[in-house]
Amino acid sequence: MDTLLDQLAMGGYAGFVWPSYGVTAVALLALAVGSVRAMRAREAELRDLQASFGDRRTAALKADAAHDP
Amino acid sequence: MHRFANPARFLRIANVILPWSAGLTVVLLVVGLAWSLFVSPPDYQQGESVRIMYVHVPSAWMGLFAYAVMAVASAVALIWKHPLADLSAKASAPVGAAFTFICLVTGSLWGKPMWGTYWVWDARLTSMLILLFLYLGYMALVNAFDDPGRGAKAAAILALVGVVNLPIIKFSVDWWNTLHQPASVIKMGGPAISAGMLIPLLIMGLAFKAFYVTILLVRVRTEIASAKVRAIRLTQVHG
Repeated sequence: MDTLLDQLAMGGYAGFVWPSYGVTAVALLALAVGSVRAMRAREAELRDLQASFGDRRTAALKADAAHDP
Repeated sequence: MHRFANPARFLRIANVILPWSAGLTVVLLVVGLAWSLFVSPPDYQQGESVRIMYVHVPSAWMGLFAYAVMAVASAVALIWKHPLADLSAKASAPVGAAFTFICLVTGSLWGKPMWGTYWVWDARLTSMLILLFLYLGYMALVNAFDDPGRGAKAAAILALVGVVNLPIIKFSVDWWNTLHQPASVIKMGGPAISAGMLIPLLIMGLAFKAFYVTILLVRVRTEIASAKVRAIRLTQVHG
């Protein structure tokens, strides 16, 4: 336990070593989460659009077909 | 190269690579972090503070690498007008900006105990700060136009002009007097760093590289979906 605590103290440099790793972790995690969320949101928007767009096109085709004798 | 410029084919390849690059990132990060923080030896001069190197140096490498990718993709977009090239350049910028930001902050945290100051306006530090501003300028410019094509073109020119900064960063420690130490890994005569430190440093470098590939693919996928959404909305307005 003492050796672990010694290691965590980083020979007196804990105040510089741990914030360095902390900033790295926060920045990379934020970027990863933000990127994946944006991708999911955009691809969901695209699916919704394609679905409604497709529906309207089939509806228009059916309407055209109904007018034809 | 032309075969990969097709978005549908790109998406198929990207979706095969994505789970592997994401998994590789996690494995390399776990091994690299354990090695960097607990296994690697303290430096005989810098003591335990040398552990900052394992995040500082790889993030500097990736800050430069992501800019090089952005510049090459911008050149391809300007010359051959590949739609995927623009999207790749745009996707690379925030990742490179994040790594450059990490490099600057961790360098500052390393500078305080070793040099006695968080910041000094010398060539290496200043040129790295300019790299961050180039990224931020690119990201602002690429989104500054209603027409995404015009934004991409203006930003691509900025990216290419900014390439002059890359050799300045690399050679700044040789050309000017600086507090920053010279290159110790990529130099003539082999690395001037012990294997006990070089191996975890390279593992962290690979981990950051795998992270970069993963996020780049995710962001290019996002850009492709955005372009399709825009195209459908345009046909709705005009049709």
